[in-house]
Amino acid sequence: MRTHRPHRLYVGAHTRTRPRLTIHSVHELSVCQALLAQVAEIAAGRGAIVVERITIELGPLCGVEPALLASAFAIVRAGGCAAEAALVIESTTVTIGCMACGAQSQTEPNRLICAVCGGFRTRVVAGDEMRLRRVELRMPESRSPVA
Amino acid sequence: MCQTCGCTITPGNAGMRGDNIAGHSVVIDVLQDLLAANNQVAVHNREHFDEHGVLVINLMSSPGAGKTALLEATIVALRDRYRIAVIEGDLETDNDAARIRAHGVPAIQITTGTACHLDAHLVHRALHDLSLTGLDLLFIENVGNLVCPASFDLGQHRNVTLLSVTEGDDKPAKYPVIFRASDLVVLSKADLLDVLEDFDPARAAAALRALGRDTPMIHTAARRMPAIGPWLDWLEQEMAAWRPVARSPRSMMASVGA
Repeated sequence: MRTHRPHRLYVGAHTRTRPRLTIHSVHELSVCQALLAQVAEIAAGRGAIVVERITIELGPLCGVEPALLASAFAIVRAGGCAAEAALVIESTTVTIGCMACGAQSQTEPNRLICAVCGGFRTRVVAGDEMRLRRVELRMPESRSPVA
Repeated sequence: MCQTCGCTITPGNAGMRGDNIAGHSVVIDVLQDLLAANNQVAVHNREHFDEHGVLVINLMSSPGAGKTALLEATIVALRDRYRIAVIEGDLETDNDAARIRAHGVPAIQITTGTACHLDAHLVHRALHDLSLTGLDLLFIENVGNLVCPASFDLGQHRNVTLLSVTEGDDKPAKYPVIFRASDLVVLSKADLLDVLEDFDPARAAAALRALGRDTPMIHTAARRMPAIGPWLDWLEQEMAAWRPVARSPRSMMASVGA
């Protein structure tokens, strides 16, 4: 029985981390850095200097814990183009396809057995994503540089 | 870096505050893997390994499960027939690389400082100090950690995870990501099963089977009287399957693309 995983986690533009939320891990910090590097590249490519919202998908099998990533994000975003970006984390569920009977079923991350025929040779169809889904950027009215 | 008082706002980035900028919003759908940068380097590493015909194995486990000890016993058994090298990953010290070198095999130590896993970039840098020419087998001994290493492709061909009998037999259920990503699970320190009442190999096998991959599990005992026959068999099978063209272990192979 796994603990409840929120379907959607939201880090607001002005969310500050509080002492009890700073139990983050180096792992999630490095994933956040990779995320923000990708976002910065996309923003720069479009000529935007403010990132308003970032939407990512995390599956239960991706090896990253959404709450820890949210906490790390609030720290790592400081001082960059995403300094006040909101982060939305959409959690996916584990879906497997059975190699014996072909059926797809939703299941727990440590029980990847076909719900239809009980087969134990399965492949993960969804649930291991760690994906940048969407970026919302604010475009400047004019292209003149900000002082 | 202060998260509470806003002192991270400087003259340099103050202009980035949203409420100072007029403009319109643009939504961009991306659908890009967050680890795309690491994966690109991993692909590059893998191409490099393939060019040299080296089978590369990523060895993972929790700290103290016996990765280095297994490598030492493996080297003693195979070094006369196969050219082997090792890349070691630890937060600190080069103790493990020193142990490997003592057996006459090249070992490069990566010290990560605080990083809890190896990534493709670190491995790429280590390869600058290691010649792959003539190598048959390269082990990458990852940082002792059952959580993070599973997420980071290094460019390896096979993942092997050790589970020692002094750990819980429900570990595959507790750490599904790494055990599911494994091509082989090694039950290490198996010579202690006689004196350990709590570990049931059948339970561990059932938890592993529940991860949907039918991953094989092999027993090893690397100390005292090493009993690693099935492990060596698996290694030789994988090397043979990897290079279907028969050649003697020490022959110098010209670089051939896959």
